[in-house]
Amino acid sequence: MWAFIHKLGSPKWFYAISARLQPWFWALAILLLLVGSVWGLVFAPSDYQQGNSFRIIYVHVPAAILAQSCFVTMAVAGVIFLVWKIKIADMAAAVIAPFGAAMTFVALFSGAVWGMPTWGTWWVWDARLTSMLIQLFLYLGVIALRGAFASRDSGSRAASVLALVGVVNIPIIKYSVDWWNTLHQPATFTLTERPAMPVEMWLPLLVMVLGFYCFFIALTLTRTRNEILRRESAKRWVRELVAGTARRG
Amino acid sequence: MQVVEPKAGLGVAIAATVKRDLTLMLRRRSEVINPLVFFALVITLFPLGISPDTELLAAIAPGLLWVAALLATQLSLDTLFRGDYDDGSLEQLLLSPQPLPALVLSKVLVHWLLTGLPLALMAPVLGLMLALPVGSFAVLALSLALGSASLSLIGAIGAALTVGLSRGGVLLSLLVLPLYIPVLIFGAGAVQVVILDGNAAPHLAILGAQLCLALMLSPWAIAAALRISING
Repeated sequence: MWAFIHKLGSPKWFYAISARLQPWFWALAILLLLVGSVWGLVFAPSDYQQGNSFRIIYVHVPAAILAQSCFVTMAVAGVIFLVWKIKIADMAAAVIAPFGAAMTFVALFSGAVWGMPTWGTWWVWDARLTSMLIQLFLYLGVIALRGAFASRDSGSRAASVLALVGVVNIPIIKYSVDWWNTLHQPATFTLTERPAMPVEMWLPLLVMVLGFYCFFIALTLTRTRNEILRRESAKRWVRELVAGTARRG
Repeated sequence: MQVVEPKAGLGVAIAATVKRDLTLMLRRRSEVINPLVFFALVITLFPLGISPDTELLAAIAPGLLWVAALLATQLSLDTLFRGDYDDGSLEQLLLSPQPLPALVLSKVLVHWLLTGLPLALMAPVLGLMLALPVGSFAVLALSLALGSASLSLIGAIGAALTVGLSRGGVLLSLLVLPLYIPVLIFGAGAVQVVILDGNAAPHLAILGAQLCLALMLSPWAIAAALRISING
């Protein structure tokens, strides 16, 4: 077990293993996303209140779920890097941060687009919207801190510490924003409470969520591989690899 | 040859750190006074920018006072470790045989004593100028005193992470301000509740809980961040 983890921690091994895994995840992601979008956007019944605008849910909800998972994943990778000094974990964390920020932005943007026809406004200071916005700022902070250091190792460790601090704070922020909102404007938005979704509606949603996750894994694998090549470019195996592909190409 | 350990325990080390930091800060009075002036100045801007109408001002005063105090605390953070980093005494602190989180905690304590506490004491005066009801002054000061201790602790993490960077100012705000939001909500909420004739005790209790959590966790994060900054 430990031997396996140590092997996985070595960039060379990870590079080899991820080469085998990555096509599967890409294929699965494309398949699920295609099936999910066509099913959700074309075949799922339209909502009796919101009409077709509810179909934004098939992008909005997966993005929002992923935005949160990414932060947790990033923090876990940060712990692994801080405690066991496994470089792969940090490379993954570096790659996940912009993706998570992008997903948070997608969730906010699609929410705004959805808000216009349903609530009649692009933005409300609703608890969930607000905590999502704060999460975007946390992501941007982690990315900015990593980039601010001249030495990559210090930047990595600082970003890991900040990701950890952030992940401890996210539940507190969520809780306080919930409290704040119920304090100031009690339940203006009952429109969000739809009747329980019928199966034809949530099954495509489930497919989309799984598709987004597969896309996340596939993209992380691919980008981590690039990061490995970049950071380890002085190593012999990378040089041989590059020379080999150059000759073949 | 046997090395003779000085008979200094943790208590002595903490007391020495507190005394040293207090002395240093009190010799640079302007650094202590600047956040307070900033606080007063920002509060002066709001009636000018919004309206001198007392009713309107009274309604938004809790939020204004809290946001201004929060920004004043945040601006003072950069000096928390900067001087020690520049003259090398931060490295001595890291090398000392005493646990770093405890020493760091005493530095944060001094920061709070000279920033958070004066801000809390000054807030009622500015509240008076914003036509805040007199009955809410005690809760305003108490909530700021409790909350600013959390702000100092959380902010010190950011200050420790950015102390090694030559231009960390704006970055520091970017890191720290999102983490301040829970404190702001309950701090301003406490004052708001008093104005509406409610009971502020739950809000103050949660501010206290946040302080406990910050006291428990942040010294470790600050210590880890300082180690990173020194090595990098």
